[in-house]
Amino acid sequence: MYSLNHVLLVMAAVLCFASAVTRAQTPAYSKVGRTPSEEEIRAWDIAISTDGKELPPGRGTAKEGAVIYAQKCVACHGQSLEGSPLGTALVGGKGTLATTRPVKSIGSYWAFATTVWDYINRAMPRNQEGSLKPDEVYALTAFVLFRNEIIQESDVMDARTLPKIQMPNRNGFVPPRLEDIPDPRKRGCRLGHCP
Amino acid sequence: MNSKKPGRRRFLKEGAALAGLAVGAIRSASGQTLAPETPAGKPKDTLAYGERSQFVNSLRIGTNGRYGMDNPELPRASRDYGIRTPLQDSVGIITPSSLHFIVSHGYDSPNIDPRQHRLLIHGLVDRPLSFTLEELERLPSVSRIHFVECAGNSTASGAVFVPGAARVAPTGTVQQVHGLTSCSEWTGVLLSLLLREAGVKNGATWIIAEGAEQGMHIKSIPLEKALDDVLVAYGMNGEPVRPQQGYPLRLLVPGWEGINNVKWLRRIKVVDQPYMGMRESTRYPSLRVDGKARWFQFEMGPKSVILRPSGGQKLSGPGFHQITGLAWSGGGMIRRVEVSTDGGRTWKDAAIQGPVHSKAHTRFRLDWNWNGEETVLQSRCTDERNEVQPTVAEVGKIYGVNLTADFFKERPDTLIHFNAIQSWRVNRDGSVQNVFA
Repeated sequence: MYSLNHVLLVMAAVLCFASAVTRAQTPAYSKVGRTPSEEEIRAWDIAISTDGKELPPGRGTAKEGAVIYAQKCVACHGQSLEGSPLGTALVGGKGTLATTRPVKSIGSYWAFATTVWDYINRAMPRNQEGSLKPDEVYALTAFVLFRNEIIQESDVMDARTLPKIQMPNRNGFVPPRLEDIPDPRKRGCRLGHCP
Repeated sequence: MNSKKPGRRRFLKEGAALAGLAVGAIRSASGQTLAPETPAGKPKDTLAYGERSQFVNSLRIGTNGRYGMDNPELPRASRDYGIRTPLQDSVGIITPSSLHFIVSHGYDSPNIDPRQHRLLIHGLVDRPLSFTLEELERLPSVSRIHFVECAGNSTASGAVFVPGAARVAPTGTVQQVHGLTSCSEWTGVLLSLLLREAGVKNGATWIIAEGAEQGMHIKSIPLEKALDDVLVAYGMNGEPVRPQQGYPLRLLVPGWEGINNVKWLRRIKVVDQPYMGMRESTRYPSLRVDGKARWFQFEMGPKSVILRPSGGQKLSGPGFHQITGLAWSGGGMIRRVEVSTDGGRTWKDAAIQGPVHSKAHTRFRLDWNWNGEETVLQSRCTDERNEVQPTVAEVGKIYGVNLTADFFKERPDTLIHFNAIQSWRVNRDGSVQNVFA
């Protein structure tokens, strides 16, 4: 049998715990919404950040990517990755950004290699989105980076190597630091325009 | 991390089993997208769901007056760039849902069964949550009137593949030039409420939002905005959001460029950095003339445009005419609209039709007696922060360029968020023409 003191102590502890939870945001609407399983979240959690922490296991090289490209990409993006009315150019455009005919390719413009992986994975090939396996996405990413002279043909792209790739135009954006983006006032944006 | 692929395939299979359809009829990317149902040619019961008069024919148009969708000359991904709202025919401030502009980056609207659809909220939260549409509808709702405007509106960025940008062409109409803005009453749950339910963890600074269409559009949005006035909307003008606008759920990010308003919303992840999705990091930044690009410009500036009279219309003759148009700003409420009927030499305050909503189209009008002489009509607005809509020259100054019509045609890449004062010239025969000045 517990003493009254003991009971009070337990009650106090419970109250203390409850108030701590309140401070840490208690859900206000009970039984609305369901807790998803880890597996459900994993299946949907496909977006890749610039540090690549979400990249799945797998690997690929440009050589392997060339084979997949010939099967699944060439029809829209062309033999030499030059693009067509059906798909954008994936190479070229170096030195054109300040001209009247800017060509914004992965090599001349894109800031992050992780964006290449993410976009191929989520949106390519057209009408078969989501059909590529991680190895294939790594290989295609390697192939496109190689054809833009950013990596060597034998370089292996995987979750460790891909986020380390320095894209040629990484410093071509303002503001260059991602942490400076959210504050338009600090950036000097006014009248709907940022400098 | 495990691969997502088994998950996506599993959804595909389950979706097929559920719908009793061939797998080929289901688009894989969304996992929840069912093939269009084909009701057996039932005649429309207009007593059950009404139609407008057969004498009313106001329509959306595609780029340069053509529907991009069925124009094989346009690059596929560009075919739906800008299905434009017929602003010249509008009255009041609400855009009919059937006439709301459409930009879907070349993807068809998925045909989503709301019973299959889920909104997942996860990432840097204490409690990941999955909501059905029904559950979201049970939560406290708000209805708010807001505009949605494409970042490229008013540039007639069709110039990329159509020779001669409408913005600088004498034939340019208000629909061609400015038709990528629309305004609706949106109903839904504040995202801040959902994020509070999930419990945002320390260190979180951004969210990413993702759609369920084939290309699964993704957009990074600072957490501060997400906790401010962003809506997860299921209602639009008194009925469910239309499929072309994101049925059953879309994000509504008041005052910010259209790309943030993710349609067919199925996932929000709370994160600690922008994820640099393809569109936000490579398509929507705008080049400066020095070759550097501004990314994440977010807010649409103060803008107004006279809709009647406007380019392509014709005044019946001298005498009384009502000048009417719309003003809006991503910065809040419209405080003042001025109209000039003499090419900017003098300005008069226009009457503003209330109630005025924040980050919403605002109707203005000015009574005008036309003396039959050639003149130029202009409008300029001021928002609640006292930001005044700039002239073409002032926008040029911000960009550090001499903003001539030739520059405009040569460097459409450098011009988004274009909110310069619009000029319409009234000729002596009553015809109205676009002027770039």
